Amino acid sequence: MSALQSVGALVAAGPVGLESNTGETVTFWVCATLAVIGALGTVLSRKAVHSALFIAMTMINLAILYVAQDAPFLGMVQIIVYTGAVMMLFVFVLMVVGVDASDSLVETLKGQRVWAGVAFVGFLGLLLAGVIGSLDGTTVAGLNEANAEHGGNVQGIGVLIFTRYLLAFEVTSALLITAAVGAMILTHRERVEPRKTQAQLSTEKFAPNRHPVNKPNPGVYARNNAVDMPALLPDGSIAVESVPGPLRLDGETRDADRLALEEAEHLLAHEPVIVDPAAPGPGPQGPDDDLDEGGQA
Amino acid sequence: MNPTNYLVLSAILFSIGAAGVLVRRNAIVVFMCVELMLNASNLAFVTFARTNGTLDGQVVAFFVMVVAAAEVVIGLAIIVTIFRTRNSASVDEPNLLKL
Repeated sequence: MSALQSVGALVAAGPVGLESNTGETVTFWVCATLAVIGALGTVLSRKAVHSALFIAMTMINLAILYVAQDAPFLGMVQIIVYTGAVMMLFVFVLMVVGVDASDSLVETLKGQRVWAGVAFVGFLGLLLAGVIGSLDGTTVAGLNEANAEHGGNVQGIGVLIFTRYLLAFEVTSALLITAAVGAMILTHRERVEPRKTQAQLSTEKFAPNRHPVNKPNPGVYARNNAVDMPALLPDGSIAVESVPGPLRLDGETRDADRLALEEAEHLLAHEPVIVDPAAPGPGPQGPDDDLDEGGQA
Repeated sequence: MNPTNYLVLSAILFSIGAAGVLVRRNAIVVFMCVELMLNASNLAFVTFARTNGTLDGQVVAFFVMVVAAAEVVIGLAIIVTIFRTRNSASVDEPNLLKL
């Protein structure tokens, strides 16, 4: 920060542009490049989530530029409020609305892109023509004195907000309250039917044709616990319910009957070995005359 | 450092945001581009504050941030409401008012 503070004094001493501070110059060019890349990415990326991430990058780089220009309070507010709160609200709404909704590339208005490009170039040229050269000959006053007047940047802004800009500040509070109430009204949904009581829920759960307990997990007692592998009931039959509904609808279920046959054959070929732990015997290998085909079942 | 550099960056960002508002269809992305324009204007305000040697520009930038936050809250609430009824977040879909 001391380097940054000395910049102001240096720049204020002479005409603009003659003094240059290497630190600020490097910061500016790095952050400006990243900010422009982020802005272009926001406009050009097809997926809205990518746009959100790109614009977050732009905002963070702008925050660094604020700090470099003797506005540490605004830099922090930029990171906390914009990048932290506003952009996360954007991402949250994206998750609600649907992340997969990428923009269609079909032009509904004919030639809109071309004319938007023309407008972009023209508008940028207009702005640059107004900006470049307009500050030549002016001296940069720097914020050292203004920041030091009340003991710091935050204190200085606070004094201004609560004296000269008090009316605007109060109006802002009204605006924020209106926005909060408006958001609640806009997103509020009336309950059209009364809430179900616990007794009603219980009755519904045990109604005929309903499954009162958890359905079996896929793959239980089967030889594979993949999601599309139906569970086997204790009698060897297939539990269709164990495969998730969408898979059942899409026909993704593996061939249940063939599997049942394989399973039954396997079970028949390998009688389950019940090892009596109390009996003296060969131990973990089990009696070898029962398992003739190397059954590690 | 010459404040013109900052102003040029601000102009570029503002123009990119304006072009995005013109081009994009997704209402949320359009909102992001509006945020980009507000940020660009904030950069210009901060630069002006430094050039003039007073903190007024920073206070104005602060108020811009507050208004932007309120705008985002209301705008996103409207988008969510439209999405609930129309099942789309495209700015081309709610054209019922068109003749």
